[in-house]
Amino acid sequence: MAFAYAPAPESRAVVDLAPSYGLFIDGEFAEGAGGELRKTVSPATEEVLAEYTQATADDVDRAVRAARKAFGTWSALPGAERAKYLFRIARIIQERSRELAVLETLDNGKPIRESRDADLPLVAAHFFYYAGWADKLDHAGYGADPRPLGVAGQVIPWNFPLLMLAWKIAPALATGNTVVLKPAETTPLSALFFADICRQAGLPKGVVNILTGDGTTGAALVAHPDVNKIAFTGSTEVGKAIARTVAGTDKRVTLELGGKAANIVYDDAPLDQAVEGIVNGIFFNQGHVCCAGSRLLVQESVAEELLASLKRRMGTLRVGDPLDKNTDIGAVNSAEQLARITALADAGEAEGAERWAPACELPTTGYWFAPTLFTGVTQAHRIAREEIFGPVLSVLTFRTPAEAVEKANNTPYGLSAGIWTEKGSRMLWTASKLRAGIVWSNTFNKFDPASPFGGYKESGYGREGGRHGLAAYLAGAEGPTSERGARDGERDR
Amino acid sequence: MNQSDRLSVLKTYKLYLGGAFPRSESGRVYEVTDSKNRWLANAPLASRKDARDAVVAARKAFGGWSGATAYNRGQILYRVAEMLEGRRDQFTAEVAAAEGLSKAKAAAVVEAAVDRWVWYAGWSDKVAQIAGSANPVAGPYFNLSSPEPTGVVAVLAPQDSSFLGLVSVLAPVIVTGNTAVVVAAEDAPLPALSLAEVLATSDLPGGVVNILSGRTAELATPLAAHQDVNAIDLTGAGAELATDLERAAADNLKRVRRPGPADWAADPGTDRLLAFLETKTVWHPMGV
Repeated sequence: MAFAYAPAPESRAVVDLAPSYGLFIDGEFAEGAGGELRKTVSPATEEVLAEYTQATADDVDRAVRAARKAFGTWSALPGAERAKYLFRIARIIQERSRELAVLETLDNGKPIRESRDADLPLVAAHFFYYAGWADKLDHAGYGADPRPLGVAGQVIPWNFPLLMLAWKIAPALATGNTVVLKPAETTPLSALFFADICRQAGLPKGVVNILTGDGTTGAALVAHPDVNKIAFTGSTEVGKAIARTVAGTDKRVTLELGGKAANIVYDDAPLDQAVEGIVNGIFFNQGHVCCAGSRLLVQESVAEELLASLKRRMGTLRVGDPLDKNTDIGAVNSAEQLARITALADAGEAEGAERWAPACELPTTGYWFAPTLFTGVTQAHRIAREEIFGPVLSVLTFRTPAEAVEKANNTPYGLSAGIWTEKGSRMLWTASKLRAGIVWSNTFNKFDPASPFGGYKESGYGREGGRHGLAAYLAGAEGPTSERGARDGERDR
Repeated sequence: MNQSDRLSVLKTYKLYLGGAFPRSESGRVYEVTDSKNRWLANAPLASRKDARDAVVAARKAFGGWSGATAYNRGQILYRVAEMLEGRRDQFTAEVAAAEGLSKAKAAAVVEAAVDRWVWYAGWSDKVAQIAGSANPVAGPYFNLSSPEPTGVVAVLAPQDSSFLGLVSVLAPVIVTGNTAVVVAAEDAPLPALSLAEVLATSDLPGGVVNILSGRTAELATPLAAHQDVNAIDLTGAGAELATDLERAAADNLKRVRRPGPADWAADPGTDRLLAFLETKTVWHPMGV
């Protein structure tokens, strides 16, 4: 039987948007050198939310110089003082979390239920967690008195704009680095609001600089000679370009890139729980998740039962207004991303997989894609190999645990994986064989600031979160793409 | 017959691939001389094909080696040290010839190398305890992070220290469960090729370490571009070559350890040990 829902929209009155935004450099908003403004739209309505500034190479240089100037004082502050700034930021984020959640949903298109219950709590928790490290770095296992690297250039994606900002800025500041951060071109607003939080927290000018713009701004930041560290979350393609750009330099790099996670369901799995986990794994955040469980591997003997149950559950997902508190799946972030998802889903059909989606009415304006499932998928299909980054699940089957592991690992990616079984020994065996940085067993898409996150193989290198996340911002700490000159990382002070 | 009149038996130096000692598939050799330019031996001039074969052997060995218990790996590395200890004289002579050191200085280098194997051997079952963590997440979940080996690691051995340097870059790679393709010091490959004889008699499974001699640039280029190599240690590459290799390595996002000044006699610390590890974090709900 169908249940009718009355609309339950969250009020957007809590967000006060300016018509246009400058760049946040050296503690204040300034106009860009190029004078070019871009528009950011709500992907749910295509309404223009605000204009923002396209930062040029000159702006990048200005921001890096501000960060360099601030580095001396900031890195020399006692850790306990840096900690207090970060605690302040965490608290202000908590205070303003409703405003920021609505803002994020407006600019990104994700359901308010997720920005309110997942993104914002995790953002505040991340600052709170790393705040506490700032005066305990001697005990982190990276030697006595570990030193910061200098200026960090950070480039983040559009899928979790403020959360990715937190993952980048919190550990960088805790360890005494200063940052120049570039949010994604389709979701610049929450980073610009974060600049205001820095002001409220009294953060010294130049410690955090925010540059908005497209990929050219990011490329200029990555290539800037006075940046000591690059932290990037985004596509594997851009990650590779960054790795090429920094070749032969002293820059340290961490990359958190794409994924094509296997979600393995064994025949003894609690199927109802598994269905919830599968849905959360692929439809959370419209599937715009690098660690999404986009390849479902089901043991043959339970495939039929599981798929029937999964389809029934998919039929209850509510797609629509992201600001509605009942919405499960919001808008796809951009027309460009919608085109990419559509093209890959079409390729799935063209290559012979069977497409299914529940009957669901999509809004007439904005960018939308119904939750979709493909059966009869082989490992050779593009939808089993390429990251779709949308609400599209590819279903494959297996007979033995060894086959499940072989199929799960048959990808250049290695970010995450899921396992569903009631048998502990089978879970631990499977987890040990999977070449992936995060393994969720009988759960999926769980995140925590204390838990290291990052991939194997072409999903990138380095870890964010936990004690491990400090290494990315400390001289002499182990890590990939490192070590020439790493011990004298405090150059130019 | 007087000892000094006896004609010595020379050794044919060979590559070490998959536990076997082949010549280069190319049939090529190059002349290796001592520091005074006197002929020592003809070493195999390994080819790109030899490098690819070495990667295949290293990949084949990875499952077994990374899956072995840490205790087992530690004992095998310790066994390597035992075998080296018994061959100190041989390595002393080779290091003295290769690096132009006095016999006493060469002996000290060899002893330091043996001691370094012992030091690294002991790390096998401790590294997870210093690099892993139990994570107190805000929810009813068990959450554990553990280090795992990165996979197949290409190692360009240092050019300035044919034996102690070699040991210092190789032991930390394999003790954690990686397998290695080593490009020996270009002008002084003989200690590395002799080390293969020690590895082959120390219960180290074939393919865990593969040793190539030849031109570093010729061998490193296909290794840096190889899609089944997970990481590359550029220690033995000059700055210009290292930049090219790092750029090639980006194609499958190899973990890259850039070259830098090194004091092989100094306490190595844990940098190299931790450089070729991945962190895996496993979540599981708690409940009744």
